[in-house]
Amino acid sequence: MTTAAATHTHRDDVGSRMGMWLFLFTELILFGGLFIVYAVYRFKFPEQFQLAARELDTLVGTVNTIILLTSSLTVAMSITAIQQGKKHLSMMLIGITIIFALAFLVNKYFEWSHKISIGIYPQSPELLNKPPGEILYFGLYYVMTGLHALHVIIGMVVLAFSMVFIATGKINQQSYVKLEAGGLYWHLVDIIWIFLFPLFYLIS
Amino acid sequence: MSQPEEQHTQHSISYGRYILIWLGLLAFTGITVTLAGIDLGRWVIITSLVIASVKSLLVLNIFMHLKFEDKMFKIFALVAVATLTIFITLTFFDYAFY
Amino acid sequence: MTTVARTPEPDYLHAQTNRKGIGAWIFSTDHKRIGILYLVSMLVFFIAAVTFGVLMRLEMLTPGKTIMQPQTYNTFFTLHGIMMIFLFIIPGLPAVFGNFLLPLMIGAKDVFFPRLNLFSWWLFVTGGLLALVSLFLPGGPADTGWTFYVPYSIRTTTNVIPALMAAFILGFSSILTGLNFITTIHRMRAPGMDWFKMPLFIWSLYSTAWIQILATPIIGITLLLVTIERLFGVGIFDPTLGGDPVLYQHLFWIYSHPAVYIVILPGLGVVSEILPVFARRTIFGYKVIAYSSLSIAFIGSLVWAHHMFTVGMSNTGMFIFSLLTFLVSIPSAIKVFNWIATLYKGSIKIEVPFLFVLAFIFQFSIGGLTGLMLGVLSVNIHVQDTYFVVGHFHYVMFGGTGFGLFAAMHYWFPKIFGRMYKNVPAFVGWLLMTIGLNLLYFPFLIMGYMGMPRRYYDYLPQFQTYHVISTVGSWILVLGIIIIFVNLILSLKKGAKAPMNPWGGKTLEWTVESPPPVENFHEIPVVEKGPYDYSEYEIKPEIAK
Repeated sequence: MTTAAATHTHRDDVGSRMGMWLFLFTELILFGGLFIVYAVYRFKFPEQFQLAARELDTLVGTVNTIILLTSSLTVAMSITAIQQGKKHLSMMLIGITIIFALAFLVNKYFEWSHKISIGIYPQSPELLNKPPGEILYFGLYYVMTGLHALHVIIGMVVLAFSMVFIATGKINQQSYVKLEAGGLYWHLVDIIWIFLFPLFYLIS
Repeated sequence: MSQPEEQHTQHSISYGRYILIWLGLLAFTGITVTLAGIDLGRWVIITSLVIASVKSLLVLNIFMHLKFEDKMFKIFALVAVATLTIFITLTFFDYAFY
Repeated sequence: MTTVARTPEPDYLHAQTNRKGIGAWIFSTDHKRIGILYLVSMLVFFIAAVTFGVLMRLEMLTPGKTIMQPQTYNTFFTLHGIMMIFLFIIPGLPAVFGNFLLPLMIGAKDVFFPRLNLFSWWLFVTGGLLALVSLFLPGGPADTGWTFYVPYSIRTTTNVIPALMAAFILGFSSILTGLNFITTIHRMRAPGMDWFKMPLFIWSLYSTAWIQILATPIIGITLLLVTIERLFGVGIFDPTLGGDPVLYQHLFWIYSHPAVYIVILPGLGVVSEILPVFARRTIFGYKVIAYSSLSIAFIGSLVWAHHMFTVGMSNTGMFIFSLLTFLVSIPSAIKVFNWIATLYKGSIKIEVPFLFVLAFIFQFSIGGLTGLMLGVLSVNIHVQDTYFVVGHFHYVMFGGTGFGLFAAMHYWFPKIFGRMYKNVPAFVGWLLMTIGLNLLYFPFLIMGYMGMPRRYYDYLPQFQTYHVISTVGSWILVLGIIIIFVNLILSLKKGAKAPMNPWGGKTLEWTVESPPPVENFHEIPVVEKGPYDYSEYEIKPEIAK
C-alpha cells in the first residue's frame, strides 16, 4: 500500500491563495523591519537625510517606478488572458513583465555603479567622512534597494517558471492558481518599491 | 466554511479596467514627484506616504484581486498592516518623547 | 448500517512506500511522520542543550574557576540559549504535536501544504546543523549570548555569522509552519466543526501561528542586518558610524518577546486539552479560553520593550510598555482561573499527563507572577540582568511549556506509537523532575533578588549556598528526565498495546486507531458535539415535583 501524500480530493484554490497571501505578509513585515530602522534614523537625522538624498537621481527613480507599475499591469493582464484560454498572449505578457524587471535591474546597476565610482559605498573613505545621518542613509539605501532587487530577481524566476508551466499545460484555463500566486508575489515587489521610491528619492 | 468547494469560474477583470488603474497609478506617481519639488516642510513625508498608500491600495484591491476575495483575506491584510503600524508606533514612543 | 469489509491497512508507522529505509521517512510528506522527524531531531538538540546547562551548573558550584575558562562559559550560555530557544522550545509543541495532531483533531487527512511541511523540517535540520557546525569552526562558537546584542556582536571575532544564519533559517522554518497551520485550520475543518467546536489546543496553535507569521520576519531582517554589518560595515547599528544599539534591541525584542508567546501558548493549549479528560468535566469557559489565546497573541506583541527598561528609553515609552505588560497578564490569569474551575466538582483520575499539567499550573503561576514583578518599573531596575530574570523565564519556559511538552508526550504517546508507557517509572520521573526543577530555579529567584548578576562566571561567596542547591536540583531534574525518556523509549517496544481511546478523550484523534492509519480517517467525520462533552458523566439532580 503506498503512502501517498495525502492529496486534496477537492482542489482548493482559495486556500492556495490564502497561503500565498500569508507568505506575502511575512515579506511585508521583513521589509517593515527596515522601514522601522529608516523611520527612526530619519527622525533622528532629518537634515542629513535630505542632504544625502540629493545624490540620488529622481528621474531614474521615477522611470524605475513607472517600469514596475507597468510590469504589474502586464502580469495582471496575463491572468485575464489565461482565464480566456489565450495561452500565447498570457505567456507574452509574462515575458514582457520579465523584460521590464530586467530593465529595472539594469537601471539599478547603473545607479549603484555610479555611486560606487564617486566613492559612496559602505566603509569608503568619502562616506566615512560624512556625518552619521548620511552614512546611515546610504547604508539603508544599499540594504533596502539591494534586498528589493533580490526579490525582483526571485520574482523573475518565479514568473519564468510560470511561463514554462503555461507552455507545458500545467497552468491552463481551468487551473491557474500558480500564476495567480506568482502574480501576487510580483505585485508585492511593486508595492515595496512604491514606498521605497518616495522615502529615498523624494525627500525634497 | 469548512469543506472546500470545487472551484467555480473566478471573477475576471478586463484589460481595459487594468489599464485604467495603471493610468491612475501613473497619475499618482506624477503627483507625488511634483509635490516633492515644492517645499512642504514637515508635510512632505505625510503626503508622500499617503499617496504611496493610495497607490498600494489600487494595486492590492484590483491587481491583487483583494477587493473580490473572501472577507477573511481583507481582515488578514488589515491585521498585517495594523501589526506593522503598531510596531512602528510603539518604537516611536521611545524615540519621540523624553 | 452495513459494515464494509476492509483489508486491514497498516498504520502510518509501518506503511510501505515507494522509498526504502530512512528515505521513507525523511522524504515523507505525511504530517504524522514529519511530526516524528521533528521529535527525534529536536531531542538530539535538547540533549546537547541540556548538557551545556548541566556543565554550566557544575561550573557555578564554586566562585571562580570550577571546571572551565570564562570564555568557555560565555560560549556555553550562548549555545544553551540558542539551542534551547530556536531548536527546542520554539519549534517544540507546534512542530511535533501540532504537526501530528492538527489534522487528526480537525478531521482532516493532512495539512494544507504537505510538501511545504516537509520543507519546514528540512530547514529546521539545516539550521540546527549550521548551529552545531559553528561550534567547530575556527574562531570558536559565538559568545554574545543568544540575544546577539550590538555592538559586541559586531566586534567579537567568534563565529557569530553561522549562528545568526542558523537562527534566520530556523525562523523561516517557523514561518512556513505557521502559514501551513493557519491555512489548514481555515480550510480543512471537518463538516460541522465550526470555530467554537474546535479543540482548544487548535485555538492555541492558531494564535501561535499568527505570531509566527507576523513577528518572525522582524528577527529575520534584524539578524540579516547584523550579518551585513559584520561583513560590510554598513553602519546600521554600529555606534561609531551613527547607528543606535538600542534600536537593535527594539527590533530584536519585537520578535523575541512574541516568541515567548509562541512558546507558551501551545503549552497552555495542552493544559486546556488534558484537564477536562482527567476531570471528566467539560472545560470551564471554553469561549473565554479561546479568546484569551487570541488576546495573549495580540497584547503579547505590544510589550517587547519591557526587556529594555534599563537601557535609557524615554519615560513615556517605559510607562506605556509597563502598562501593556500588566495587561497581558490578564488573559493568562483568566486561563488559570478557568482551569481551576474545571476541576471543581470534577471526577479526578490521576494519570501522569494530569500530574505534569498540575505541575505546569503551579510552575506557570510562579513564572507568571515573577513576570508581573519584572513588569513593575521600580522592581525591574533592581532585578534586570540578574538571576531573578533567569529564574522567571525558566519557570515559564521549562516549568511551563517544558512540562507541557512532557504532558503532551505522555498523553498522546498511546495514540502516536500505539503503546502504553509504564506508569511507575513515568510517575517517578515526574516526581524527580518537579522536585528537581523547583530546587534548581527557585534559588535563582532569591539570588537574583539579592543581586546575583546573570551570565556571570564568577560571584561573591554569599551566593554559593544557593548555587549549590540549584546545581543539586539540576541533577535531580536531569535524572528525572532520563528516567522519563528511558521509560518512553523502552515502552515503544515493550509497552502494552494501546487501545483507541485509553483516556476517554472526546476529541477526534481518539476516534481512530492507535497508531492512526496513513489517511487518518476512513471517512471524514461529521462533527456534531463540542470537544469536551462529558455530559453523560453529569449526575442530573431529580427535580422535586
